[in-house]
Amino acid sequence: MSRHAGDGRQPPEERESARESTSTRKPRRKRVVLNDSRNPVTVVRVITELEEQTSVGEALVRNLVRAQLKMALWLALLTALLFGGLPLAFYLSPRFADTSVFGVRLPWLLLGVLPFPVLFAIGLLYNRLAERHEMDFVNMVES
Amino acid sequence: MELNPSAIVGIGLIGAVTFYLGFHSSRLANTTPDFLVARRIVRSRRNAAAITGEYLSAASFLGIAGLILKDGVDTLWYAVGFTAGYLALLLFVAAPLRRSGAYTLPDFAEARLGSVGLRRLATVFVVVISVLYLVPQLQGAGLTLSTVMPVPAWVGSVVVVVLVAVNAFGGGMRSITVVQAFQYWVKLVALALPTFVLIVVFVGGHPAASPLSANTSPVFTSQKSIAIPVAVQLQVAEPVRVQAYGVVNGFRNNGPLLMAPGIFYKVGANSTLVFPAGSPVPTPSDSPDTNAAWLRPQSGGLSALFSTYSLIVALFLGTMGLPHVLVRFYTNPNGRAARRTTLHVLLLLGLFYLFPTMLGALSRLYTPELLVTGQTDAAILLLPAKLVGGMGGEVLGAVIVAGAFAAFLSTSSGLLVSIAGVVSTEAFPGRVRDFRWATLLAALVPLVLALSLPQADISLSVGLSFALAASTFCPVLVVGIWWRRLTWVGAAAGMVVGGGLVLTALVLNIISEYTGSWAPWPVVQPALITVPAAFATVIIVSLCTQDKVPPDVSRILLRLHAPDPLGFIRDRDVARFGPAAPQSPTDGRHHRG
Repeated sequence: MSRHAGDGRQPPEERESARESTSTRKPRRKRVVLNDSRNPVTVVRVITELEEQTSVGEALVRNLVRAQLKMALWLALLTALLFGGLPLAFYLSPRFADTSVFGVRLPWLLLGVLPFPVLFAIGLLYNRLAERHEMDFVNMVES
Repeated sequence: MELNPSAIVGIGLIGAVTFYLGFHSSRLANTTPDFLVARRIVRSRRNAAAITGEYLSAASFLGIAGLILKDGVDTLWYAVGFTAGYLALLLFVAAPLRRSGAYTLPDFAEARLGSVGLRRLATVFVVVISVLYLVPQLQGAGLTLSTVMPVPAWVGSVVVVVLVAVNAFGGGMRSITVVQAFQYWVKLVALALPTFVLIVVFVGGHPAASPLSANTSPVFTSQKSIAIPVAVQLQVAEPVRVQAYGVVNGFRNNGPLLMAPGIFYKVGANSTLVFPAGSPVPTPSDSPDTNAAWLRPQSGGLSALFSTYSLIVALFLGTMGLPHVLVRFYTNPNGRAARRTTLHVLLLLGLFYLFPTMLGALSRLYTPELLVTGQTDAAILLLPAKLVGGMGGEVLGAVIVAGAFAAFLSTSSGLLVSIAGVVSTEAFPGRVRDFRWATLLAALVPLVLALSLPQADISLSVGLSFALAASTFCPVLVVGIWWRRLTWVGAAAGMVVGGGLVLTALVLNIISEYTGSWAPWPVVQPALITVPAAFATVIIVSLCTQDKVPPDVSRILLRLHAPDPLGFIRDRDVARFGPAAPQSPTDGRHHRG
């Protein structure tokens, strides 16, 4: 149990205790050995801190969760504003609803063509930001 | 309808290839995990195609074009909503759900909240949602087959069920994945090809077109005799002289009839209406009656505005609660891959939805008689013969019909496997044999419903299952993933309230269809009311039962949110069923790519 990834040459491995139970209060001791870690001792310590729900571990995770949630909510709000305003706009302004662009009615373009690239772009942005948050977190844990 | 031999050949081909693919990949699926989850070895790109293939149901393919034909631009919200629902999934649910290790929605409910009772309740709703989604698919298959062969509507439904059950019986989820990836590309080709051809022909100037000008109705360009199979209610915007044979508004007619604006005409089943050339086309009484109203969004007043918002809410929040989508999600190896797959799906969906839109608009010009029979979902199927005519039109129509059939097969497969998987792991201990019996049961119940319930617009029925998913699973998922104080009591209460309200609306809707369509907009599109009610119930009841918060909630949330490299993911189906059988060198794939 005291084998230690001192030389970094051991392959990453993960071992869980045999009996899994989600309802016991006793935290599982989880040993994670990471390759290429500059300071393996600290890494293992932080992860066990996360596992054991010490105050430091909990604070770290709460911050991450809050950051991710905030970003998701902002992007959802952006989507809602971009699209949710349209039915109301059409309802309130018949002139807006009747304008034509390139011979095609504007609402048809706004609802039938434009939304898809926009939705994809928002999704792409979210993926980039989420992965960056996670990488920052992992880097912080490893440093 | 006329016999289209090419279409029959096309359908036969699709069925044969589907069966072949399914059979081939089934020979290695022998253990329960293989059945239930097509192993995380499924590559991300093929998985995205499979998910999209499954998502693009008959509702997307035929129903959207049909609704556009009838109701105009506001129905484009279906396409936008279906796609935006995937964005909502990506933003709030994708990665954490995968990291939870849950392999079905009920499993997530138990993993997150520790209650077996909640798991059973969730199972019930999974089955109801899946059946609600499956019934219109089967009815649509029946409609498709009956437009190319002189068979009654039930034949198509039975054929699809038999084919899907046989395939799933043999190979479960793995064979379904391969089948669905194939069918996505078939659908894309079957729509893209004819659309390009049709647009080219249209732009090239087809002589029989009546223009989409404002303030007039669509117009019959030549004399048209229309047989009306089921009772419909029609209106006209200008006076129309027609020869009517059958019961109209209670009176038996056998000759000329003048239809005047402002009156609703109830035409009985098995009547025939003959329209002279150049006469305006009547429209269903609950749709826009002139092309101007059809072109303009929100032309139906305040209740239509609320109805639109209600639909948007249902679609945006209901996707994440669709069981058959979520089950396929689990085939990703980790949270990051889950996000990537979802993004890929967004791209594929965007590509796809351009086409039914264009075809729907075209069908307003070329197949306006569908407005009279009420079978607007057949718009895409009939368009090629109208526009192109002759052998070319027949072949083109065959391609589209084959694509429609592929759509029904893939969605029905996914739903069937999802229902069977849930039933077999919850109701019986998950042995392979049970999965096969569960498949049989899962196939029979929706078939019986599809045959006995009246045919409704495909997209509307599917929309109601979205409303149900949005009111039951969406609150539990979103609140459970992001809020530590959720309790199983709150989750159960929310599901019961949300689900109960939507099901009540469904029953009232059916009653209203039979007794004169008196239902106000909250009954037809309940989501704007039921979803906030469900969220409120979940939160309030949880706050009142804080002693029931799971004791290890911090560890659970850690597992959901910690980045993948830290290694907290634990796959629950491996824990329950054991790892999959060792893989052969060909990895179960006999086809390259």
